[in-house]
This record gives sequence, structure tokens and C-alpha cells, in this order.
Amino acid sequence: MPDATFLDSTELVLNMGPQHPSTHGVLRVILKLDGEKVLGADCVIGYLHRGVEKIAENRTFAQFNPYVDRMDYVAAVSNGLGYCLAVEKVLNVEAPPRAQIVRVILTELNRIASHLLWLGTHALDIGAITPVFYCLREREEALKIFEKYCGARLTTHAFRIGGLLYETYDGFEKDIRDFCTMFLPKVDEYEELLTNNRIWVSRLKNVGVLTADECKEYGVTGPVLRAAGVQWDLRKAQPYSGYEKYDFEIPTRQNGDTYDRYTVRMQEMRQSVRIMRQAVESLAEGPIMGKVGKVIKPAVGEAYVSIEAPKGELGYYVVCDGATQPYRVRVRPPSFVNLQALDRMVRGGLVADVVAVIGTLDIVLGEVDR
Amino acid sequence: MAEEPKPEGPPAAPPPHGEAATPPVKPAAPAAKPAPPKPAAAAHAAPPKPPATMAATPWDSDLAKEIKERFGDRIVETSTYLGQNFVVVKPDAAVPLIEYLKLEADFDYLVDVTAVDWPKRAERFDLVYILYSFARNERVRIKTYLAESYKPETAVNVHLTANWLEREVFDMFGIEFAGHPDMRRILLPEEWQGYPLRKDYSILQQDDRWVQENLGIESGQ
Repeated sequence: MPDATFLDSTELVLNMGPQHPSTHGVLRVILKLDGEKVLGADCVIGYLHRGVEKIAENRTFAQFNPYVDRMDYVAAVSNGLGYCLAVEKVLNVEAPPRAQIVRVILTELNRIASHLLWLGTHALDIGAITPVFYCLREREEALKIFEKYCGARLTTHAFRIGGLLYETYDGFEKDIRDFCTMFLPKVDEYEELLTNNRIWVSRLKNVGVLTADECKEYGVTGPVLRAAGVQWDLRKAQPYSGYEKYDFEIPTRQNGDTYDRYTVRMQEMRQSVRIMRQAVESLAEGPIMGKVGKVIKPAVGEAYVSIEAPKGELGYYVVCDGATQPYRVRVRPPSFVNLQALDRMVRGGLVADVVAVIGTLDIVLGEVDR
Repeated sequence: MAEEPKPEGPPAAPPPHGEAATPPVKPAAPAAKPAPPKPAAAAHAAPPKPPATMAATPWDSDLAKEIKERFGDRIVETSTYLGQNFVVVKPDAAVPLIEYLKLEADFDYLVDVTAVDWPKRAERFDLVYILYSFARNERVRIKTYLAESYKPETAVNVHLTANWLEREVFDMFGIEFAGHPDMRRILLPEEWQGYPLRKDYSILQQDDRWVQENLGIESGQ
């Protein structure tokens, strides 16, 4: 906690949030300021704590599946994939190939949707109003595909343990191809608005720098780590769901500042399109559900499985005691761990940059607080 | 009782999962509740009981050997389950081992710190550290069993990321880390009573007094 403020000192304690439009949810930051300069930031979190891990212990494995969507609710599909993979791991089963491909398509589509929401709101925080309308316009197309596939737009519950519940709808492949064709020029459009925009560049360059060593020290993953020059992506490092079959790159940058994180995410959206195009071409007929009984009852044991969610490493540590309910489910949320680095990133910077740094971390408070 | 590894016996086959929840069905159970002390008469029971412990196999690698050599009898177990390696250590060796792995074996990323509550066990908590090495592209879990009153050493001095992760463990399980720079609750309000992820904390339970004082409502549960 920052020390008490005295009128004769130059230090000022400024409370930001929890109800503040640029904190992207109910995040409260207690800033210690010296004029415009930030001396430290203390995050107060937990406003959205719903006890997801406790709920898990009181539900069966299948019943808990929809709950995970409510953590990172802008990337619900990724959450669901991570959980399904973790339970499949302790069950020692694998989803059939067709299910894996559909999973990859939807997860990448969700990565794009998540990045779009990040880009729109981040730009809005910095003062660029237009991108948010553009981004939400394209995000809508992605959400429509989710809706057509499983009936839900946000908390999709798209996957089931062992594979998929729903077969793809007629015209799914066409929708994906159309989306890919439509979307790439849109990314150019966003970049035209921002990438060389002088205000954008000067607001982002050298702001909130986090070096590669600091990232590792803080356990920061995802685009933040890659913007610092570490070419590490779980889809490549420890492939799951058949990611090893797709040809794609891991975009990285060197400076680790807010601008680099912006460019990394922009390129990631292009790479996601690339993966989706390959995946949809390889989509062959086949079963969509693996050999999983009606009652899911893994043997006594435990496993930790993690995936590359849009925000970083999302891990599930599942402990089973031989019952139909998990004995313990621990979620390793990327947003929670990444947010811890906020203090380091804003310290020494200007108070106006705090907003930029919160935006660039791309946190979702539902996942921070669980 | 969930810790000693049964050396062998794949869990796969036998369907009659004789879980502790269904003692009356079993024929040879006249002697009260056969929960922890297994009656010797169980010998004639034909189907071999599925292991009540994790069917882990020993972890055989250079690193495991190195660790054992270095830490000797403070390493309780080095095992593999479902292709995932883990090391069980005595509580006082956990942080030294994490430091050793960071400095000598490139495990430079502390992925997660968490705990599991086993209220019936003498050492009540599993404290679990998950480590990853970028250079080796490898994960390892460090586990240690803690008694309820034991205060494990903090790992913040080795990995900064342990700060919030350990605070969450404290918040949810009440495990206090010695030497932690900021041992406060993180998700729950600071005045909250109780540790929700302990098994004896019911899912409907809450700190009624806190709720009433701060939110001005009576609990509807």
C-alpha cells in the first residue's frame, strides 16, 4: 500500500478505478504520483471474484465446462479448449481429427475476435475513436459464426470433453473462407489508421517497456513476451490439437514497448487467418467425438495442461481422486500473472501512460479475478 | 494416505471401483468402517482394488539423478504421470530446489504456484510449483506436503512472479509464506474470515458478518 499522503510532500496518491472506463473492467489501481510522474502502482483486484475454482470441486467434469467460458469471456472458446484438453489428458483420450480441426478454426477465430476487442478499446483509450467501430464491425462477423455454430456469441461452450457436441453447420467452410478473405484487407485498414499515425506512435513508442528478462521474471507470456523478443508460443513449443500441422510464424519484436505489442498482435491476427485457411482446407469427414463415456471419471491422478490463449499461457491443473467431480481445478490465468507486471511497466513513466499500459496488457478482469 | 506411490498396477481395467463411498456393497466388510485400516481378510477378494494413489512411474532422467544427488534424502520422490514429471520434496527443500533449477538447469519461468487441500492427511496441503524452461522446452512440477501450521519459505526472492501467486494461495488456503514481502489477501477483501478453497469450507459458506457490514444485505443462502 502506498504510504499516507501529506500536504507538504510532493507525493500524491491517486485512486484509479474500479469504475473507470480505461481499466477495462473493475480494476482499481492506486497510483503514487510525483506531479505527472508515476512512483508506483498498486493493483486492487478481486471485485469480480466468483470462486470458479471452488465451483469446479462441486460440479462434475462436464458440468464445470460452461463455467470456464465466464473467466476470459472475450476468448471463451480458448478457455473451453484448455479445460477440455486438460480433462482429456487425465482421461487419456484424444479428440478425433475432425474435432481437432474445428477446434483450431474456432479458437483462431476467437483469437481474432479477442484481439479486435483489444485493438478497438486500446485505441479508444489512447484517443483514436474510429478503430473501435471498425473492430467491432469485424468482430461481429466472427461472433455470427460462433452463433451459427453453437447458438451463443460470447460464452459459447463450443467444445465438449472428448471432442465436439455439434457438427458444423451447412456452409461453415464457406463462412470461414469468406471471413478470411474479408478480414485481411481490414487489418490493412486498421494499420493504415494507426501504424504510422504520429500521435499513435508517439503515445506508444518506448512506453511501458518490459524486457525479455523481466517478462520471464514476472512470468509474463503471450504477445507481451513476444514483443520483448522471445519467440515463444505454446502452439509451436508444445503443440496441441494438431497445431504442428499448420504452417505459421510467431511474430516477435525487440523493444518490448507498447508499440511493439501492438504490432505483434496485428501480425498475430494475420497468422490466425493463415492457420484458419489451412485448417478449413484440411477439414475432412469423420467422427467428432472421442471415446468418452457418459460418466466422466478419470483415474486418481493429476495433470497440468496449458494452451496459448490470446493473452498468454492459460493452464489448467486438474487433480482427480477417482470421483466424477474434480478434486481440484486450478486455473493459471494469463491476465492475472501479466497484470502483476503493471507496477514495473508504469513506474517512472507519466500518469497518462498508465492507461496505455493497462490497455496494452490486454487483461480481462473476469480472468484476473475468476 | 494419497501419497505413497504404489510401485505398479495400471489403473485401467477393473470396473468395480470400490470407492470409499460405497462400503456396504462390499462383502468382506463386517468390521466397522474399513476406511483407513484395511482388514487383513481382504486377501480373498478377487478383483484387485484399483490403486487409490496416482499410478505414477519413476522419472528416469539425468536431471532427476542430478536433483537426487544434490538434495539427497530431502527428495521424497521423482515420478512421471501421463508424461508429466514431478518431484516431491521435503518442505524446506522446495525453494532451494527451485533456485537450483533456475540457476543450474535453466528452469527460468515459474508458471504457477498453487495448493491442494487433503484435510484427512497428516500433512494437510500439497503445495505445487510448476516450472518451465524456455531453453529445454520442458516442464516440471515441484510438490511438497505441508502440515497446517507450517509456514513455507517464499519463492519471491527466486522468481518475482511468486508474489501474487503466493498471495492467492494464502488467500484461498491460509498458507502463510515466510519472508513474503506483502502477505495480504489478494482476491478477497482483507477482513474476510476463512479460506474458501479449503475442503471444510462449504460452497454456500461466506463471511456473513463481512457481507452484512460492507454490503448491507443479509445472506440469501
